[in-house]
Amino acid sequence: MSLTILNAVVAVVAAIAFAAANAAYLVWAERRGAGRIQRRPGPNVNGPLGLLQPPCDGIKLMTKQLMIPGGADKALFMVAPVLAMAPAIMSFVTIPFSETIVAHSMNVGVLMIFAFASLGGMSILLAGWGSRNKYGVMASVRAVSQNISYEVPMLITVITIVMMAGTMNLKELVAAQAGGIWNWNLIPSLSSPLMPVSFLIFFICSLAETNRAPFDLGEAESELVAGFHTEYGSMGFGLFFMGEYANIVIGASLITILFLGGWDCPLGLFPGVWWFLLKIYMLIFSFIWIRWTFPRTTIYGLLNLSWKILIPISLFNLLLTAGLLKVF
Amino acid sequence: MDQGSLQVGTQNVPSPLEPIPSSVVQFAAADKLINLGRVNSFWPLTFGIACCAIEMMATGCARFDMSRFGAEVFRPSPRQADLMIVAGTVTKKMMPGIKVLYDQMPEPKWVMALGNCAISGGPFAFEGQYSIVLGADTFLPVDIYIPGCPPRPEALLQGILDLENKVSGWNRWKDPEKA
Repeated sequence: MSLTILNAVVAVVAAIAFAAANAAYLVWAERRGAGRIQRRPGPNVNGPLGLLQPPCDGIKLMTKQLMIPGGADKALFMVAPVLAMAPAIMSFVTIPFSETIVAHSMNVGVLMIFAFASLGGMSILLAGWGSRNKYGVMASVRAVSQNISYEVPMLITVITIVMMAGTMNLKELVAAQAGGIWNWNLIPSLSSPLMPVSFLIFFICSLAETNRAPFDLGEAESELVAGFHTEYGSMGFGLFFMGEYANIVIGASLITILFLGGWDCPLGLFPGVWWFLLKIYMLIFSFIWIRWTFPRTTIYGLLNLSWKILIPISLFNLLLTAGLLKVF
Repeated sequence: MDQGSLQVGTQNVPSPLEPIPSSVVQFAAADKLINLGRVNSFWPLTFGIACCAIEMMATGCARFDMSRFGAEVFRPSPRQADLMIVAGTVTKKMMPGIKVLYDQMPEPKWVMALGNCAISGGPFAFEGQYSIVLGADTFLPVDIYIPGCPPRPEALLQGILDLENKVSGWNRWKDPEKA
């Protein structure tokens, strides 16, 4: 019994540590990546390769004055940043990094991750509303409408995959794709010929769900000052920032698990956690790459893309896969 | 600094001989660490009011790149900014807006006057002018003055390094002239 509790504590601590370390060092990776793309070095003098930059930023943010603007709803204002970070950490509990490295393997793993992901929209809404700032409110309404409209095609795509594997357990979803790149969900098979399209839809949706450029309408600097976190300074802002990066890691992990065979090797040899990490960091790199090379879309273009293109295609794919699964 | 009837702003410049007041309770190691953290991540406020802002942008771009010192994170909201770079001519109409932005920044915060206009009005300091505030330090506590019309990006980088030294007493590199 006590060993089970110890296991749970170790797993949770490891999940938090992994989320926090990733959140801190992905900021560094983002700034270095931005530098590379814009032909400049990026932060490189604080420590070797600029690796001491995240601790410096952390110390600065933590020692900055904590300011609650007059007229703000204090409770909501304080709760929102925590609510941005907590669901992101919670989702790590059920993500399997390899056959054995998983904090808690659940039957409803996929459902749990999406349930927590929708709490992120809640935190944005609370932040915009609680800070009593017109830009904050406008940005949070935008971000929430964006989150809701992109959750629909994302979930339809997930239903397609759950239908094919017959399980919602993330571990079993990966096990269903074991044995090499030709078994991965990314590759079209007889019963699911449109899988690459689903992959693209899911990729676009996870970019939009994490509120990142080119879909960062919630914090469009040219229109809304800093968006929903306009009134947040100090560590409140830091938590929003870390939550965003933790969500990126979760998005990349989900793509890896659902489409890229999780910890499976492309050739079917030596499956292990290293393949999983390699895949998620390549996906995260592509997120950074997209962020610094594409301009921001408009809010109408964004919603039109979801409701007029992604949802019809993913619905068609769902029906086609359902029919073909019956045939083959 | 007697310039006839002109009010040239240098009132807030502290004398180098004046001792800096220290806090009552001191935590030497923690203070050092906190100061090192602060000076290595000055996040400037995104705003430029005249041609010096073009040089400020150039400092953030390829060739010069202030991101090397962790200072490229231009924050659009004053709540997240540490450093206000007054880059250009301050008109009397613009002054209240700048003051509001400064007041909205949380402590600790620093101000840099970039260019001659922000230091003392520059070419606009003549008898009979009616629209320009002669120096950002007539209404803000300026920490670092960067002369030039406009200053080159290297000068702004030197200003950031000098501000680092002023805040923490720590030099990023040894002064080649003293070594």
